Amino acid sequence: MRIHGTYIDGSCMASTLVEKIFSRKCNRSIKAGDVVMAPVDMAMIHDITGPLAVQKFQEMGGKTVFDPEGIVLLFDHQVPADSISAAENHVFLRKFAREQNVENLDEREGICHQVVMERGRAAPGEIIVGADSHTCMYGAAGAFATGIGSTDMGFVLKFGALYFRVPETIRVSVEGEFPDRVGPKDLILDILGRIGADGATYQALEFTGDTFRTMEMPGRMTCCNMAVEMGAKAGIVPPDAVTWEYLAGKRDIAPFPLSSDENASFSMKYTFDASRLAPRVAVPHNVDQVVDVTKVAGTHIDQVFIGSCTNGRYEDLKEAADVLGDREFHPDIRVVVIPASRTEYLRALKAGLVERFISAGGLVEAPCCGPCMGGAFGLLAPGEVSLSTSNRNFRGRQGSTDAFVYLCSPATAAASAIKGEITDPREV
Amino acid sequence: MRVWKFGDNIDTDAIIPGRYLVIYDPWALATHAFEGTRDEFAQNAREGDIIVAGKNFGCGSSREHAPLALLGAGVKVIIARSFARIFYRNAINVGILPLVCPEATTIEDGSTVTIHLEEGLIESNGRKLPIEPVPPFMKEIIDAGGLVAYARNLEKVETCIGSQ
Ligand code: SF4
Repeated sequence: MRIHGTYIDGSCMASTLVEKIFSRKCNRSIKAGDVVMAPVDMAMIHDITGPLAVQKFQEMGGKTVFDPEGIVLLFDHQVPADSISAAENHVFLRKFAREQNVENLDEREGICHQVVMERGRAAPGEIIVGADSHTCMYGAAGAFATGIGSTDMGFVLKFGALYFRVPETIRVSVEGEFPDRVGPKDLILDILGRIGADGATYQALEFTGDTFRTMEMPGRMTCCNMAVEMGAKAGIVPPDAVTWEYLAGKRDIAPFPLSSDENASFSMKYTFDASRLAPRVAVPHNVDQVVDVTKVAGTHIDQVFIGSCTNGRYEDLKEAADVLGDREFHPDIRVVVIPASRTEYLRALKAGLVERFISAGGLVEAPCCGPCMGGAFGLLAPGEVSLSTSNRNFRGRQGSTDAFVYLCSPATAAASAIKGEITDPREV
Repeated sequence: MRVWKFGDNIDTDAIIPGRYLVIYDPWALATHAFEGTRDEFAQNAREGDIIVAGKNFGCGSSREHAPLALLGAGVKVIIARSFARIFYRNAINVGILPLVCPEATTIEDGSTVTIHLEEGLIESNGRKLPIEPVPPFMKEIIDAGGLVAYARNLEKVETCIGSQ
């Protein structure tokens, strides 16, 4: 054990935001590289990883969970149940929820990460774990949030704590305004292309700079969501007025300052200029194979998917609808639109977006993960090509291992769905 | 006890496709391991076989089904240049030993290797390749026989303890 610097008033000399979060929780100075058994504020499980986590909890001799209110449980990957085994998993988790007095949001709310955010279940300074790799999205709310496996989750369910190796921080500073039809998804794809699929392994990514300070919550969520695609343990945007305003009304919590000290030690620093960005596309089969849309414009596609925890919010659907205007989707393209949650679905519905997509020839599905991980519907046949606003283009991710997945922004997805091939959204 | 060699960035969707995530039994999962990307693995892998890979092995989804599928296929050791962090923890938790070996890519497919944990090296084709030491708290979990066995004997844990 090592004591670093002076620990005063919950803050420590020259620390990163992540070090401060752990130090605040533990009431002593904690530095990157320390291994610590830290208390967990909230744990999220869903229908795919939940059953195994519960089984592990039971195998560990767990009788009652650490705190029924510290758990968010819902079904989103295979809803409504698309197979008998999926239905059995749901039944198993419902029983667990009843026995343990855990609120079960079941299959009515939408994608886990979106639901956690919109219910204010993640807040600045908290330590959160989820049995899902994109749990890092809650860094948009200033929390240290990370994805864990089911056995680790079993441990958390029993003890309300978990071993962490406190990560070093890579600071990503972005300045400049986005050009027309370029946004957060293009930015994070650009960052991913530069840092690489393993460039941030075991580290935290801190997103700062004017571009992030002026970015609204949905864009911050899109960026933090994809931190794991660089191997990061967490992605985090220092909480500011935007964060506290988002939480107001969702959660009774008084704002407090939380950011990295300027002279804290970062393992790496990157700078980006958003004003020079073009729409970006990740090409099969790696997330970090990122090119300008102009390089792949004209590529044949069969299906366009607008949705997922990365880009299924109202703002994303609006971005797509704005590009679409009153046109129709290309008749050879299947367009699947899935709002990320019930709340987002209703917002889109009331704003007329759902009607717009349906009139244009798209399918609008109830909130869920959908084709994102190839577990439910909307799968691809061998040789088929999908253009998707989600976060992973691994071989076989959306169906056949001989299919191809490209990743892009909602604007690029909509432009391409109109033209019937990958299309630069600035040209429609 | 042969080596199955893989490249860089092998993701958990490749190790076990999403449509099999409703299964939790390691042996049932094993019949679909690397399905569509390397079908002969599920057919021919034997107890004690070793996976050798490049960098970032196990990236992507947090699905513990991935190490479980490999465990079901008989794999107890994975040697890679580097691991994705969730996979690394999951592997240890289910009882697979992940070894970081900077020279892993020089090991040949189909060859055999000998592991000398205490000395911190592996032997491949008469060459000695260094491996990184397993972090102490991970070692504790492995020695206990996995996280379930480790946790079963505990009533509660003391938080905010730890080491550098
Ligand atoms: S939408 Fe996709 S990435 Fe997000 S939680 Fe669902 S399957 Fe995972």
